[in-house]
Amino acid sequence: MSRVDGPDFTGDALHAALTETWSDAPGLWGWITTVDHKRVGRRYIATAFVFLALAGVLALIMRVQLARPESGLISADRYNQIFSMHGTTMMFLFAVPVMQAMAVYLIPLMMGTRQIAFPRLNAFSYWIYLFGGVFLWIAFVLNIGPEAGWFSYVPLAGPEYSPGKRTDVWAQMITFTEVAALAGAVELITTILKQRAAGMSLNRIPLFAWSILVTSFMVIFAMPAVMLASSFLIADRLVGTQFYNPAEGGDALLWQHLFWFFGHPEVYIIFIPAVGFVSQITETFSRREVFGYPVMVLSAVSIGLLAFGLWVHHMFATGLPRIGYSFFTAASMMIALPGGVQIFCWIATIWSGRPRWETPLLWVVSFIITFVMGGLTGVMVASVPLDLQLHDSYFVVAHFHYVLIGGAVFPLLGAVTYWFPKFTGRMMAEPLGKWNVLLSFIGFHLTFFPMHITGILGMPRRVYTYPAGMGWDTLNLVSTIGAFVFAASIVLFLFNVAISLRGGRAAGDNPWDAASLEWKTSSPPPPYNFDHIPVVESRTPLWDETRPVIPGLRTEVRELLVTTAIDAIPDVRDASPSPNGWPFIAAILLTIGFIGSIFTPWAVVWGALLMAPPLILWFWPHDPLEVKPEHSDE
Amino acid sequence: MIQSAAHPTGAHAAITSNLFGLFLWVTGFFFLLVLVFLGWAIWRKDRGAVRDRALRLTVTSWIGMITLGLFGLTIASYFADRSLAFAGAGKTPLRMRVTAHQWWWEVEYLDRDQSKAVTTANEIRLPLGRPVQILLASDDVIHSLWIPNLAGKQDLIPGRSTDLQLLPRQVGHFRAQCAEFCGLQHAHMALDVIVESPDQFATWWAKSIQPAPAPATPEQKRGFDLVMTRQCAGCHAINGTPAYGTVGPDLSRVAHRATLAAGEMPNSRAWLERWVRDPQSAKPGNQMPKIPMKPDELHAVSAYLETLQ
Repeated sequence: MSRVDGPDFTGDALHAALTETWSDAPGLWGWITTVDHKRVGRRYIATAFVFLALAGVLALIMRVQLARPESGLISADRYNQIFSMHGTTMMFLFAVPVMQAMAVYLIPLMMGTRQIAFPRLNAFSYWIYLFGGVFLWIAFVLNIGPEAGWFSYVPLAGPEYSPGKRTDVWAQMITFTEVAALAGAVELITTILKQRAAGMSLNRIPLFAWSILVTSFMVIFAMPAVMLASSFLIADRLVGTQFYNPAEGGDALLWQHLFWFFGHPEVYIIFIPAVGFVSQITETFSRREVFGYPVMVLSAVSIGLLAFGLWVHHMFATGLPRIGYSFFTAASMMIALPGGVQIFCWIATIWSGRPRWETPLLWVVSFIITFVMGGLTGVMVASVPLDLQLHDSYFVVAHFHYVLIGGAVFPLLGAVTYWFPKFTGRMMAEPLGKWNVLLSFIGFHLTFFPMHITGILGMPRRVYTYPAGMGWDTLNLVSTIGAFVFAASIVLFLFNVAISLRGGRAAGDNPWDAASLEWKTSSPPPPYNFDHIPVVESRTPLWDETRPVIPGLRTEVRELLVTTAIDAIPDVRDASPSPNGWPFIAAILLTIGFIGSIFTPWAVVWGALLMAPPLILWFWPHDPLEVKPEHSDE
Repeated sequence: MIQSAAHPTGAHAAITSNLFGLFLWVTGFFFLLVLVFLGWAIWRKDRGAVRDRALRLTVTSWIGMITLGLFGLTIASYFADRSLAFAGAGKTPLRMRVTAHQWWWEVEYLDRDQSKAVTTANEIRLPLGRPVQILLASDDVIHSLWIPNLAGKQDLIPGRSTDLQLLPRQVGHFRAQCAEFCGLQHAHMALDVIVESPDQFATWWAKSIQPAPAPATPEQKRGFDLVMTRQCAGCHAINGTPAYGTVGPDLSRVAHRATLAAGEMPNSRAWLERWVRDPQSAKPGNQMPKIPMKPDELHAVSAYLETLQ
């Protein structure tokens, strides 16, 4: 019998029916085949944090090496691999994926829908990301890790100056993360535009969703550039093309243009989701809607657009025409404006609200102070004359760690603290969290503030050692001490997560009294997210007097409500795919194909043949809304 | 010997340093404003009704202030850039070419008269007060020449020509270093920059175009023979001798230089012998092979090289 949820079908009976429809198979098989965005999102987040820890350990090794001049602790070769792995892991395996992972978990809940769009693609995205990351790290342990930096400038990364397979491993890892990130972006855009709760018109969606929408479009436009760049590199190395070889009519700067056309937006792909975290946290703990919602949205959108017009500021020292540089200076300066406006709006929200000083809001304060400093040094390096001195010095190392740790990791840690009760049903421990904020703030600034000075005093980046007596010794030692303090704060955070998972205080549905829809359902949410699809009448639905719902989705099949893109008017009911093993198998076979194509171009051919059967079976047409005849009374 | 953008001794570095001061003041002012507003938001006592109207006015003026600040800094940056481009205008520049190799610097002083051209390595000597134009090239990967005391950096890119302008304003001995990651020994790719009086510079140049002195003592003579007959001469050049290799640094005045192996070690007898005995342990991965020599042969070679003043 086909039944829909509604006033006469609610409560425990509905819960039982929906749980049966939306649950995964038990055990290992269920673990592998799951397409539940919450399970996939959780493991995505956990994996990203593992990579954060690994890359953090590499950072500590580098800091120990640099603690004193002429240190012989690790060889030049090892050091170069280590800093390449640190950057590559942090950028490709931690920062971008963790933001997408948080979105994969949160966006369907915030939108009031039962499942992310294209859930099998989502599962596939995770597996590809995992396999790509594991592949890179196994290669590193086997001493074939990348050696030419996370940026792999040619010709240093080309066949002549980087023989062996190290750079191929790096380039192929890019392919893995491209596939994973593009898949994620498509799902998130579709979910945000088509699966919003009824009435959640575009001017009512939470600011985090706006952030993710902008970010996902940026991924779609930025990733093809690096895809092209890394494919050219692989072709140069594997089949003897000459895209980057000036001796044969290629161009070494082509790489830099393509790489930074991706690489600069990449920074904002990491930062804009963090902006979304900050907005959600500030709103909840200031107990008022974020001040200047339209301005915040426009800021995010304009950052997203401007981010594509600044890539050349990474190339001020390459001798391109100065008139062109002027444009990129102006564009780089201009992006400080939307950033400054956002900062103002958050502070104004706190100023005019009734703030509760819980840990997530303390992370926001820590973020504002640190990020503003990074933004202001960003204004400095936007100027061509200053950049010619500061570029590739430790000043730049300081600058982008202020922006990336201050601007993205602090908000992320705040966000994990904030949504931890939703993820797990338990609160994170207090006052441990507050001490954690303080410790990380001190450790961070102790590490990175001195680097501004070491840079101005002439210390270049990416050196495995430096001579004594240059005035860099003490500053480097302080940075190293700071790095250990900062690492301790991260360990403390993970420790807090570990103890709170087991012994944390039970949270309830909405422990922070927040306004967005993810807090409407239980913590952690049931497999189907919401028993009835909510109707939204304002930007802060859970602070409204009434909480209407829209009934009518079938319960014995996986069904979603699809709404219109602008006004979120209920449009059609659509099927959501069931758990399936093919994404996992397809990911394994694709991994084999990708790794094979490091060694032979023919792997592209037989890899495609290998991939065909699982894709055919994955997409084998059937009607998922069809109800089995014995249950049908229609 | 220093390497610091905070102590400008050249016209270009001075312009940049002044610009940095301006940026520091303006950005510092904005940072202070943010901190004050944040502090006020945190510690404000009276939390009455929400006053979004007042906030809207404030946000508008804040946008105005940021725009003004950024506009001012952008204009200042353009003017500084212009000053940099014209810093040495009006005088005939000293023309040089620096070619980067993994991991050392080939330095050529150009002259219309080919016989007056000088080639050296890992050391740049400059006359005080005369503009310098350095043509930059790379023999292998991308490098970047950064002499922070004199000017900002400029990349050396294979297949492209770039150039760097300098105008030294103070005599002194500075250190410079490769600023673009260029492989294994990127950390050990430095060079000495020596700014001296025009007279001293002219004397140095005049001596540099002379053939190297002939070996005088029997030990030096033996060293000369070894340098010419072992593999040394295949890669290195010494003025006025049969050694004219171009793979490695020119050795015509190697004993006159302040450091060895691209700024890695001081130039003394002990370090020189250590370097020649086993270049790979001193700077792993560099292109100089280990040439087996008996201790007395090594002494002879260094005795000869020490005469190349």
